[in-house]
Amino acid sequence: MRYIEPHAHMVSRVTDDYTKMALAGCVAVCEPAFWAGFDRSSADGFYDYFCQLTEHEPKRAARFGLPHFSWLCINPKEAEDVKLAEEVIALIPKFLERSNVLGIGEIGLNKNSRNEMRVLEMHIDLAARYNQLILVHTPHLEDKLKGTRLILDVLKRDKRILPERVIIDHVEEHTVKLVLDSGMWAGMTLYPESKCSPPRAIDMVEMYGDERVWMNSACDWGVSDPLAVPKTALEMRKRGHGEEAIDKLVYRNPMRFLGQCPKFDVKGEMHRQDARATTKA
Amino acid sequence: MTRQQVLDLYFMDARSKLIDLAAFIDRIERASGEDDFRMKAFREAVKHLSGSGPERARQVLLSFSDPTSEPVAVAATKGACGAFAAEAR
Repeated sequence: MRYIEPHAHMVSRVTDDYTKMALAGCVAVCEPAFWAGFDRSSADGFYDYFCQLTEHEPKRAARFGLPHFSWLCINPKEAEDVKLAEEVIALIPKFLERSNVLGIGEIGLNKNSRNEMRVLEMHIDLAARYNQLILVHTPHLEDKLKGTRLILDVLKRDKRILPERVIIDHVEEHTVKLVLDSGMWAGMTLYPESKCSPPRAIDMVEMYGDERVWMNSACDWGVSDPLAVPKTALEMRKRGHGEEAIDKLVYRNPMRFLGQCPKFDVKGEMHRQDARATTKA
Repeated sequence: MTRQQVLDLYFMDARSKLIDLAAFIDRIERASGEDDFRMKAFREAVKHLSGSGPERARQVLLSFSDPTSEPVAVAATKGACGAFAAEAR
């Protein structure tokens, strides 16, 4: 089986996870900028983090044959400080030129505050000005429905933003239809307790279809599973879904969305890795 | 899948989770003190399980959700707690 992991925070994972993912059929991993579990003290901290995402982490992934791509932003949990956010957002344009950067993400809301909304709008403006894909984090638990509605309203108001170039991640049963009806993509995150389980994600696909949908693990420094996507594929097989349907969800759909960025050249990167290996031999 | 196939695949797991839920409620009621807003929300959400459906999961999520629509003035915390605390707004 082949699959793409479109949302994993690999800076917080060990190399055993890369090995397991590669063995399970992962052909590319994408990493949005996120909250490290603590608040960074200055824009310099984000500068270093962006360097880690665009220089160091791709090299770590390459040792396991995995192309690594990233997204950049100041995450919603650190967006209450608007001045800091402005400084961080000012850093992003020069990183957008780097070869593994796919777009702006994971932006969004956390507690649905006015400052978080302001920072979200700044990111959307940045994405529009630089013609970037957008990956959105929707809030956790009791805040998710309200946050999803606020996020969709802000995105729809900006006519420069094309819905097919936006993915709204971490949907659940009470938000998935809102997202799909907007024309944007919906990400189902297979993460214990606070997001979806594999059976629930497959239920949603069976109820709402497999168009403009992807699955991801969003594995990070918390209790999470970097193999959640192939395990969900296994769950689909148990239910009698065919290989074509599985391949569409875990490979062709992410390829279609991410391929809107010309830098997402998985096959080309794999050929380049083969060429480098041949040259060294 | 037929209903029989769904039962064959998921009944034992669902049964286990139902017992866990029942044990959780028993544990809460053995403990001293009153229900807080989370437990009140939980008791309301559980009622949807015996409702007529078809979107029980969605109804449970809605019953835990913040129903308001305006952004809050300030993000006073970072984390979410799982249920909407109306009295805290």
